[in-house]
Amino acid sequence: MHEMSLAEGILQLIEDAARRDGFSRVSGVWLEIGQLSSVEPEALRFCFDAVTRGSVADGATLEIIEQPGEGWCLKCCQTVAMSEQLGACPQCGSHQVQVTGGTEMRVKELEVE
Amino acid sequence: MCVTCGCGPDNVKIEGEEVHDHEHEHEHDHGHEHPHAHGHEHEHDHEHDHAHGHNHTYTPARSHAPGMGQKRMVQIEQDILAKNNAYADRNRQGLAQRGIFALNLVSSPGSGKTTLLCKTIELLRGRQKVAVIEGDQQTSQDAERIRATGAPAIQVNTGKGCHLDAHMVGYAMEKLALAEDSLLMIENVGNLVCPAAFDLGEAHKVAILSVTEGEDKPIKYPDMFRAASLMLLNKCDLLPHLSFDVHKAIAYARQVNPGLTVIRTSATSGEGMEEWLTWLEEGAAAAQAQRLSTVAALQRRVAELEARLAAG
Repeated sequence: MHEMSLAEGILQLIEDAARRDGFSRVSGVWLEIGQLSSVEPEALRFCFDAVTRGSVADGATLEIIEQPGEGWCLKCCQTVAMSEQLGACPQCGSHQVQVTGGTEMRVKELEVE
Repeated sequence: MCVTCGCGPDNVKIEGEEVHDHEHEHEHDHGHEHPHAHGHEHEHDHEHDHAHGHNHTYTPARSHAPGMGQKRMVQIEQDILAKNNAYADRNRQGLAQRGIFALNLVSSPGSGKTTLLCKTIELLRGRQKVAVIEGDQQTSQDAERIRATGAPAIQVNTGKGCHLDAHMVGYAMEKLALAEDSLLMIENVGNLVCPAAFDLGEAHKVAILSVTEGEDKPIKYPDMFRAASLMLLNKCDLLPHLSFDVHKAIAYARQVNPGLTVIRTSATSGEGMEEWLTWLEEGAAAAQAQRLSTVAALQRRVAELEARLAAG
């Protein structure tokens, strides 16, 4: 979803950091994207390349660190792995699972020159 | 362009006027002198926001490719939507201060949002002040339809963009000069995907699903129905002509969001309109009560301080 806006958001964070820290080129960008964040990594790569053309991050490699989905199962009273937002608990099959992790979309760090 | 939805970056217009950048109303800390201990040359006639000194403590130059020159790592650790969320928080504060109940109306194109909105404004006439922000990629036809009802409306054209963001809405709110204790309806771009992720500062998202669509939309586009507090099942007057299964649609929506309130509506027959208006008025009353209690608390605080000053 809305990968173009996300790519623009990433570029904004990069440009803010470039002004703040005085670098002129970014060669690598590390993102943390949760498995449950509804971001399509391939679409994001495509948009990132398009958005960064001619910017400080032109040609930068995009590394996406996928964060696993996690939820709290009310029946099992413990944290369980989740692969989809509406998924069932892998242990008891209950749908009473509250998502607790894996929805993040963060810029973690940059490699700059 | 975005391969998922085709949205793009530019051409945002509010009432036909270009919105140039995303920098208005920032805390700029211009014009101060920097102590430069380092030797390289800066251009300092440019206008950027230095809110801090130049003594950075960089993360030690940890290169992913050792021996590749001057490369270093910079920690960012920021949410990609951080900027939007900061604008949304600011909008939310501004709305709370004025006791305004704001809703973000989201749906597919053609769900009957604008017609429902016009009918709602008509029925609320004399009961509740309403203002509208209309989001569409192009044209100001919807804002004109709203203005024809007598309510103030402002059109935001997102150009190639597929959703409203909090910055555009903040800008539109300023232009609208909203009345205290009023109702603000933000009609988002018809899109069941992207607007789910963009907080505008609203009290609630209201999803509108019309019975001419598929019952299974809530599970096909779960993010939106999960983000909403209320679902209006619209165009219910057409049910006799369709094979739409109302119970199935509501069950799917509640599968995604067990706490979802559902109201069956029709702007044509008037079905459900009173229930919808009651929901709106309760929300508006709560926003007003919140404002009044904040004002009362502040007045008490001022009185306390004045008493303390008078006592010396």
